Amino acid sequence: MKSQLNTNFSRRNFLKTSALASGGLLIGFNFLTACKPEAKMPVDINNLNFNDFNAFIKISDEGYVTIFSPNPEIGQGVKTAMPMIIAEELDADWSKVNVTQGALDTKNFSRQLAGGSQSIRFGWDALRQTGATAKQMLINAAAIKWNVDAASLKTSKGVITNAKGAQLTYGDVVKEAALLEVPENVKLKETKDYTIIGKDAINVDIHKIITGKPLFGLDYKTENMMIASVLRPPAFGQKLVSFDAEKAKQVTGVIDVITIGDKVREFNNSGKNSWTFQMSESDKVVVIAKNTWAAIKGKKALSAKWKTDSEVESTEKHDKILTKILDGNKLNTRREDGNIKSAFAKADKIVEKTYHSPFLPHNCMEPMNFYADVRSEKIHLAGPVQTPEAAEGVVADMFGVDKENIHVEMTRMGGGFGRRLYGDFVYEAAEISNAIKKPVKLVSTREDDMTTGVYRPAIKYRIKAAVKDGKVTAYHLKEAAINGNMYGLIPNFFPAGCIPNYKVETANYKSNITTGAWRAPYTNFLAYAEQSFFSELAQEMGKDHPELLLELLQNVKNTTDNKIQYSGQRMEDTIKLVKEKGNWGKTEEGVYQGFSAYYSHNTHVAEIAEIVLQEGLPVIKKVTAAVDCGILVNPTGAKNQVEGGVLDGIGHAMFSDFSFKDGKPEYKNFDKYRLIRMQETPKVEVHFVQNNLSPTGLGEPGLPPAGGAVANAIHNALGKRLYSQPFIKELKKSTVLG
Amino acid sequence: MPNYKLHINGKQRSVTADEDTPLLWVLRDELNLVGTKFGCGIAQCGACTVHIDGIATRSCQMQVSILEDVKITTIEGLSDDGKHPVQEAWAEIDVPQCGYCQAGQIMTVSAFLSENKNPSSEEIREAMHGNICRCASYNRIEKAVKVAADKLS
Repeated sequence: MKSQLNTNFSRRNFLKTSALASGGLLIGFNFLTACKPEAKMPVDINNLNFNDFNAFIKISDEGYVTIFSPNPEIGQGVKTAMPMIIAEELDADWSKVNVTQGALDTKNFSRQLAGGSQSIRFGWDALRQTGATAKQMLINAAAIKWNVDAASLKTSKGVITNAKGAQLTYGDVVKEAALLEVPENVKLKETKDYTIIGKDAINVDIHKIITGKPLFGLDYKTENMMIASVLRPPAFGQKLVSFDAEKAKQVTGVIDVITIGDKVREFNNSGKNSWTFQMSESDKVVVIAKNTWAAIKGKKALSAKWKTDSEVESTEKHDKILTKILDGNKLNTRREDGNIKSAFAKADKIVEKTYHSPFLPHNCMEPMNFYADVRSEKIHLAGPVQTPEAAEGVVADMFGVDKENIHVEMTRMGGGFGRRLYGDFVYEAAEISNAIKKPVKLVSTREDDMTTGVYRPAIKYRIKAAVKDGKVTAYHLKEAAINGNMYGLIPNFFPAGCIPNYKVETANYKSNITTGAWRAPYTNFLAYAEQSFFSELAQEMGKDHPELLLELLQNVKNTTDNKIQYSGQRMEDTIKLVKEKGNWGKTEEGVYQGFSAYYSHNTHVAEIAEIVLQEGLPVIKKVTAAVDCGILVNPTGAKNQVEGGVLDGIGHAMFSDFSFKDGKPEYKNFDKYRLIRMQETPKVEVHFVQNNLSPTGLGEPGLPPAGGAVANAIHNALGKRLYSQPFIKELKKSTVLG
Repeated sequence: MPNYKLHINGKQRSVTADEDTPLLWVLRDELNLVGTKFGCGIAQCGACTVHIDGIATRSCQMQVSILEDVKITTIEGLSDDGKHPVQEAWAEIDVPQCGYCQAGQIMTVSAFLSENKNPSSEEIREAMHGNICRCASYNRIEKAVKVAADKLS
């Protein structure tokens, strides 16, 4: 079992300190790697370089603590939660803690990326050690001042107290502390002594958000900045032949119309690559304008001719191809235990079902945008991207510039969901700025985002199980997906280790439609397929769904297989908690329940959905979730993440459809494409399993179980199993809905 | 390009813009009031909501040329320094996740509560149905609307 993170964390050399010229103590520290011996600490606060350090803490002469928080904020709450961990061990006064988003100028940075719900998990040790070390330095300085033993001093809310009751604030001793040696072997707090961790802390950007201050990439401005709107091929598989910009140039405010594409092709031909580089090789037409409206209008006024360069694909075709993959035998084995063939041959009963998901766009509320200034050797990039380090590397390669000369400024992001892991809009902005030799901000419209996206790929799962003497004896999962397959750890999630004969196989079809990570990649749909299947399997076996899972989980508890990712015990505790809190099996008449449980991103989650029928139609009223994410850093933030994840899972499973015809997306904006809205929102009640285990992430794990819980509740209400998303379309097809 | 005199957040502002320019882009690009957000451009998401004569309106669909005789309020002008009861409720309940849509949500709620002082859950949900929150902070929005209604009464 791999529930503990094995880091190369060394307390000896993970941080350095310096006295600031302007007063105060500055601490630079690293998350996973040691500080390089030659790494130099700055003495000027305006010159923080993130080349050698992941993050900095400044303690001012007045005792104010400023944390230059390194991880990008996409709404998952790390900009609040990570500083809370430092402040806890520092014994800082939380009301005197400020948090500033650190810019990026890095070559050795281990992790400045938002994705995979891993920020808190990776940061936990280093953040605590940093806070504790800083506190010890302040205590040591006070001990010298008072000429007493440091061990006799106590700290609380930024104040050091000695045995006689005399007090010094952190600000009083910060000058002296800055000159001391960095102490080693500092002691960390016991969890029972926490005063900040485990208490609700309001989002640190709340005031700016509610008063409409500039905060997001789209709000970013510099003087003389141009706005660019990009016309890309309308269909995947097409390329630009020619265009007519005459009418566009007549639009007031339009400065120029250019094409880009050379830099993309050069990058591809150079043999270099980056997984964040998902770019069409076609030329694109770019309208350069003084303001956003002119850029949008100018683009509408363009006329362009496109040619079909590779096959233009349709959803209908994908459907046939994926089915063919599942029907065939050319799949790759990803995990195999025992002998499924013989177990199926001996089975009393075999259950086999196939599940289908459509492509999905991310639809971050803030459309893709980025600022680039590529006029000289020094390149300035700014905006919302989940992978600033990769963006810096690609732009360096694109323009043959040293990374040291690229400055990436991160803004708050209006949602990420995986879309901003891919830097296509950064690379386009850089190419445009380079072409016009002016600072420029690329602004996408909703239509651009939805029709030229990096989509969650369509996937089909076929699951088959054997039952013998009342036990599940074999489990066979096949995945057929567009462009790629489940990442390496997933075959070792539940029910691996629970069923003696077990096999996971995958295969994919390479499409020219760009695809990528989407909140909880693969598991966002796999969890629904698997837990719908287990509900049906339990029904076939005459068993209760959660009871069947609890029974199976006993088999994995003493496993010696260190590939198994989840914990049988933690999954069991989570299921038991949701059964208790969600009153499983004890509903009033007319309320139908559905159950689901799933482990992903190191967190165990179980959910119960409740629906009622109104005029024969299912209405989701409530979801109860139980979550084991270890120690809760910020309960209000944690609940917010789970609530949002559950509703995101339900919304996309119920309503969101997407399809292609002749390479063109058939949905373009929110008039036709459905996201969950207020009146469709059930109540969500979140309960956490209490333990003292290291915290794990929450940005994603609440989502995967939600679709299955709803599908199973709908089955209990209507007697109809749902094998395809969105459910609304399935219900319409079967005339359950009008 | 024509010049327009607009009444925004209690001040008269003069802007030069094409007559078909949506208020949204006048606010964001010409007047530096970037709290009003661009989400869909077709009045389907509510991120660009402002008040026009006190009525919640999608600024992406309002041409600047027809707005000279009305009073416009944006999130920046809703209160001094975030002191409107709706803004205070938003902070108390810790509503936002990514935060992008919240200015639009707050503007929709503040107009709604001036019409309906004591709304039921159903009325809140109906009033807020037009504002998308991609992070789905809807339950906290409902809670915060109730807190704000209490503060206002």
